[in-house]
Amino acid sequence: MSGFNKVVTNYDEALDGLTDDMTLIVGGFGLCGIPEGLIAKIKQLGVHGLTCVSNNAGVDGFGLGLLLEDKQIRKMIASYVGENALFEKQLLSGELEVELTPQGTLAEKMRAGGAGIPAFFTPAGYGTPIAEGKEEREFNGKMHILEESITGEFALVKAWKADTMGNLVYRKTAMNFNPMAATAGKITVAEVEEIVEAGELDPNHIHTPGIYVNRVIKGTFEKRIEQLTLKK
Amino acid sequence: MALTREQLAQRVAQELRDGFYVNLGIGIPTLVANYVPEGIDVMLQSENGLLGMGEFPTEETVDPDLINAGKQTVTTVTGASYFSSADSFAMIRGGNVDLTVLGAFEVDQNGNIASWMIPGKLVKGMGGAMDLVASAQNIVVTMTHANKKGESKLLKECTLPLTGAGCIKKIVSDLAYIEIHDGKFHLIERAPGVSVEEIVSKTAGELVVPDNVPEMRF
Repeated sequence: MSGFNKVVTNYDEALDGLTDDMTLIVGGFGLCGIPEGLIAKIKQLGVHGLTCVSNNAGVDGFGLGLLLEDKQIRKMIASYVGENALFEKQLLSGELEVELTPQGTLAEKMRAGGAGIPAFFTPAGYGTPIAEGKEEREFNGKMHILEESITGEFALVKAWKADTMGNLVYRKTAMNFNPMAATAGKITVAEVEEIVEAGELDPNHIHTPGIYVNRVIKGTFEKRIEQLTLKK
Repeated sequence: MALTREQLAQRVAQELRDGFYVNLGIGIPTLVANYVPEGIDVMLQSENGLLGMGEFPTEETVDPDLINAGKQTVTTVTGASYFSSADSFAMIRGGNVDLTVLGAFEVDQNGNIASWMIPGKLVKGMGGAMDLVASAQNIVVTMTHANKKGESKLLKECTLPLTGAGCIKKIVSDLAYIEIHDGKFHLIERAPGVSVEEIVSKTAGELVVPDNVPEMRF
């Protein structure tokens, strides 16, 4: 079974092969369900010219915001980037390129990319600035635009539990973009809270089958909360 | 008197029906959850991947893995489910959400909506708004009738970049409840104590005014 053992024990091994100018698909929504240790390691590795595909760009000093500090991200594909002063600065100075994409379209670009579907029609964005230059077509009396799918050299995801064979289970809304991201990477690395032996996860309850996952590493997570809101 | 934020939410809540799955946007739409009428059960959808969103947690129950689309910590209600963001937008685009409530900068008489981008100001992104307005069958826009400078937000044609084209049919503003069809605004109800004349003067688009415009009831 050693051919199916996906567990790696250090971050160098987890990100082996990551070089400048690659496209990374990164799971997470805001700071929820992000591969914290993998992102920190990318900062340490110092690779540059990255294209990062992720719903958000982190905050100053945490999440993908860490990679802005040394200008490692050249292009960001995201649906909402409002939480980050450094991002704003690099965007206005032209050091950083951003491609804003509707959230559902972004999720579907990852899902379709991972599923071998190169493009798809969606009604989202028809008649808006994001439709510019895209093919339009009417289906069932409604206008749609053609959106191209996304894959990356690496996909970095965060899961709750993995088994040694790379089967993944997510927890609550920390699932978000992670299942689609996991399918869209040529090399998919899962950073998880707990690794169990193969056979310990109920096959009925696995969210991402191990076929999509190349490497699994056990991380430690700060799980920073972006908007702590308590009942009054 | 123009409606307060709370009254706006209360009027929008009258559009809820028992058994509705509902997506509430950030801001005033979020407040609608506080005014669900007695005897009605709704399930709130949060587009990051949660159906059955509950109230905010206490310090004891707060969980960083459980947030809403505004990234606030939340709880769940009985019967809740978690799913991926792709599944979340599949249920939205697939037309399974019964009511979507969101804010806007401008709406025009052809049902176009602008809510995400003001040229010259920093653009933060559209989040899920374009997917929501493009697909939902039943959308209520809630906003002030005019902006802070007193300029109408109900226009002949939107001036700002659109979020969606021809998709808005209902507006609850602080002055009126208005429906859109046949390329015109139609005045249905007015806020208590607000005159038809004031609504007409603050509506830049074509507004059809019936003989009798009842006041909203709360």
